Amino acid sequence: MEQPSAEAYEATHVHSVYNAIAPHFSSTRHKPWPLISSFLTAQPPGATGLDVGCGNGKYLPVNPTLHIFGSDRSENLVQLARAERNGEVVVADALSLPYRECSVDFVICVAVIHHLSTRERRQEAIQALLRCVRAGGKVLVYAWALEQGTSRRGWDEGSEQDTLVPWVMRSKGKPDATYQRYYHLYREGELEEDVVAAGGIILESGYEKDNWWVVCSSKET
Amino acid sequence: MKVLSLNFLTCAVKACKSSSDSYPLHPQDAELVQDEIELNPDMLINVLPRLDWTALRTTSSELGFPALPEQAPTAEELQADEKMIRDLHHLLLETQISEGKLVCANCGHQYAVKEGIANFLLPSHLV
Repeated sequence: MEQPSAEAYEATHVHSVYNAIAPHFSSTRHKPWPLISSFLTAQPPGATGLDVGCGNGKYLPVNPTLHIFGSDRSENLVQLARAERNGEVVVADALSLPYRECSVDFVICVAVIHHLSTRERRQEAIQALLRCVRAGGKVLVYAWALEQGTSRRGWDEGSEQDTLVPWVMRSKGKPDATYQRYYHLYREGELEEDVVAAGGIILESGYEKDNWWVVCSSKET
Repeated sequence: MKVLSLNFLTCAVKACKSSSDSYPLHPQDAELVQDEIELNPDMLINVLPRLDWTALRTTSSELGFPALPEQAPTAEELQADEKMIRDLHHLLLETQISEGKLVCANCGHQYAVKEGIANFLLPSHLV
């Protein structure tokens, strides 16, 4: 059997899943993660930024003195971000971002690049984020960790890194529907390697609640 | 979408990035709506260095607003000019494109804007 292209695979196991589960997914995603909130709160009034893969827009109102532009691949999630949070949002693919180069002060990209199914595409996505920030601008990237031994999912060092994670949607009066989302689970150090391969400089990095994160900037600074 | 957003958006097609014609995108058949938003002078003064003023002048005239000065004001000039702060606040933050299209002058691709949301997903032959 012929292997589907990375694009076709992600269309089935990422894009169509998020569009189908959007309202249910959104209802479980309201609480901003503390580290991301403090990154946003530390930006000065009037700073401009992107939230690439903004989902239902939960980070857009965290600091109302910012000009923050959200984008997501899922039209249904973007509509929720606008309707529920009055977010300034567009529908866009992380690998074809519609922003002018070196234009914004910061970028956040939370729980997005682990949905890209090849390493090349993940590095390309980080490169695209780095291109959007001005000299000295910071990019914050979060991705799911392989090492989450204490989580109910039970993956840990040595588990398969490329995996399908079921999303079970329960709705009243209907049988449960299960959707399989593709994830690449990042092992320790791998996110930093991808940032360096994308031409970035690591400013800070760490682990928070089942995720690896980095704050990076582009090399020209 | 706010007029401010348009100052940061460009064509999503990779081959267009190197062309100066791909920015700014040109609104077509644009329906505008006005929001009332509380004015925060710092949010305008601090966004000045991030604006592409030439592109903003183009957008502003294409949307039928009065001509902006040729040169961007400095932070000090803007701080001292309450009318200009109000005008910029109105143009950048209170004016929204609710329906219409954004057109790239390089490749001609039209991005639809519906209910205030522009869609930048590309057909497969343009990716």
